[in-house]
Amino acid sequence: MSPVFRVGNCSGFSGDRVDAAAPVVETLIALGGPCAIFFETLGERTVALAQLEKRRDPERGYEPMLERLLEPVLVRCATHGIPIIGNFGAANPAGAAKVIARLAKRLGLPELKIGVVYGDDVRERLNLATHEVYEADTGLDMGGGDVVSANAYLDAKPIVDALKAGAQVVVTGRTGDPSLCLAPLIHHFGWAYDDWAKMAVGATAGHLLECGAQLTGGYYYDPGYKDVPDPANIGFPIAEITAEGGLVVTKANSTGGLVNAQIVKEQLLYEIHDPRHYITPDVILDFSDVTVTEIGKDRVEVKGFKGSPAPRTIKATVCFDGGWLGEGEISYAGPNCRARARAAADVLLERLKIRKLDVQARVDLIGVSSVHDGDSGEKWRASTHEPEDIRVRLAVSARTQDDADQAAREALALYCCGPAGGGGVRWRTTPRIRTQSYLMLPSDLSPGYSIHVARELA
Amino acid sequence: MSPIIMKNSETVSPDTIVSVPLHRVAHGRTGDKGNRLNVSIMPYDPACFDLIAAQLSENRVLALYAHRGATLVKRYDLPLLPAMNFVIDDVLEGGVNGSLNLDGHGKSNSFILLGMMVDVPAKFVRQPV
Repeated sequence: MSPVFRVGNCSGFSGDRVDAAAPVVETLIALGGPCAIFFETLGERTVALAQLEKRRDPERGYEPMLERLLEPVLVRCATHGIPIIGNFGAANPAGAAKVIARLAKRLGLPELKIGVVYGDDVRERLNLATHEVYEADTGLDMGGGDVVSANAYLDAKPIVDALKAGAQVVVTGRTGDPSLCLAPLIHHFGWAYDDWAKMAVGATAGHLLECGAQLTGGYYYDPGYKDVPDPANIGFPIAEITAEGGLVVTKANSTGGLVNAQIVKEQLLYEIHDPRHYITPDVILDFSDVTVTEIGKDRVEVKGFKGSPAPRTIKATVCFDGGWLGEGEISYAGPNCRARARAAADVLLERLKIRKLDVQARVDLIGVSSVHDGDSGEKWRASTHEPEDIRVRLAVSARTQDDADQAAREALALYCCGPAGGGGVRWRTTPRIRTQSYLMLPSDLSPGYSIHVARELA
Repeated sequence: MSPIIMKNSETVSPDTIVSVPLHRVAHGRTGDKGNRLNVSIMPYDPACFDLIAAQLSENRVLALYAHRGATLVKRYDLPLLPAMNFVIDDVLEGGVNGSLNLDGHGKSNSFILLGMMVDVPAKFVRQPV
C-alpha cells in the first residue's frame, strides 16, 4: 500500500465541541506519518455575526472559541510538525492571528509561524447592481437592508502558499470548506491545480470531513434504527489519502461514534443539489459513480468520484441587515392544556392586531406541532393530540428592535392576562441577517497570504 | 426466512406487502443552501431501492412539503450507492435568515419525508432493535 497522508477534522461549525481536537491529534501522532488538521467554524451567516462583532470592537470578529479550540492541541501539533488550518479568522483573520500568537507565546512557542490568508472580504469589490445573483438564491426577499459583510469563497491556493512558506498555523476567513482539507494534500503531494482527478480526491475528503462528527455518528443517531456507541464522546473524522488518489475515512482512536457506509452515504449527499455537478472553488465534483465500502471497523473506502475543471466564477455571499426577530414563549401543562395553549396562541395573534405592531408573526404549539408546521400553523390547528405539556411560541419579524420586543412581550403579558396556568415565560429579540450569493470573476479578487512569527505579533 | 412481526404484533410472511412509514425501510439526511433544501434517502436494503424510488415521485414529495411553501421538487438518483437526492425549492419560508420557524435550517425536515407511507414487502421493514 502506498504511504498515506492523513487529514483530521477538529470542528464542523462555530459552536462545535471544544474537546474534539485532542483525540484526533493524539491518533495522528500515534499512527505517525505526514498529516494535518483543520477546523471549520464559519457558516454562511457566522461571518456576518463576526463582522457585527468587529464593528463593536475592531480587535474581535474572529471565532469566539478560538483559544479554547486551539489550546489543547497547539503544542502537540507544533512539536510533531502537524499543520493546523482553520477558517476561524472569520471577519478578522489578522485579529485571530494575534490571539494565536499570544497563546503560542504563553505556551512556550514564541517562534510559531502563523500564516494569514486575506482577500475574501469583497465589500469594496462587489457591485450588487452588476454582479450576477447565484442561481439558488434568486427570488429571495432581501428586505432592502444594509450590507453587513461580503465574502468570496477563496480556493485552496493561498493556504497552500502559506504552508509552502512554512506556516504552522494557517488562519483564513471565508474559503471553500473543502479547500481547508485539500490544501495540505496539494502541498504534501505536489499535485497540480489542474489535475482534476486529484483535486476531486481532496475536495471529496474535505466535503465528507468538513462537518466533523456528521461523518462519525452525529446527525445520524436514530436509536433503535441507527445506533451510535458512546454518543457523548463521538470521535472526529480522519481521512487517509494516497498520492494516487485513494480515499479511506475513519475516526479518532479511543472515542465514541462510528464510521460506516450508511453515514458516509448520508454525508456525501449533505447540502448537495445535483450530485453530478457539485461546485467547489477548486474543482467541480461528480458523485454519480461513487461507491462506499466498509473495509474494516470504522473504515470506509470511497471510490468513483470524478472531477472536472474548477468553475470560472467565484461565489461570494453577501449578508444584509435583516431587521429583528422577536420571540416569546409560555408553557401550559396538565388537563385541557391543548385548549389553553390554543387559546393563548389566538390571543397573541389578536393582540398583535390590536397593538397595530408592524410585524409578521407565526405561532407554534411545541409538543403538538412546531418545526414541521408551516407559518399558518395548520398542523397544530388540526391536531387532536393531547400531550402532557405544550410550549406556545410566538415568533415575529420586525424592522425595528422595539416592534420585535413589544410583540415578544405580549407573551410575557399572558402571565396575568392569559389562560389558566401559563408559566415559564421567556422572551427575547435577536438581530437578523439575510444572505444572498453573487458570482464574481477571478479578476475581481486579489487573494494572498502573509507570514508572522508569534513573538513579533504578540 | 422467518415471519416478520409488525408494530401491531401481527405476524406476516416476508413477501406480504405492508404499508409502513419510509423511516422503517430507509434513512436520510437534510442539508440547506439559501432557500433550498436537500433530502437524501437511502434504503437500508439496496434491493428495495427501485421499489421505493417508484413511490417517491417528485409530485408526491412536493405535496408533502406544500404546507411549508415548497414550489418545486427535483429528484436525482444515484443507483450505485444506492440513494435518491431530493432538492426542494422555497421550503424554508425565507431560509435560515428569514424564517420564523424554530428550525430555520430545516435540519429536522428529512423526517417529514421519512414519515411518508410506502408499500413494501415485509422483509424490507426494519425492526427497531
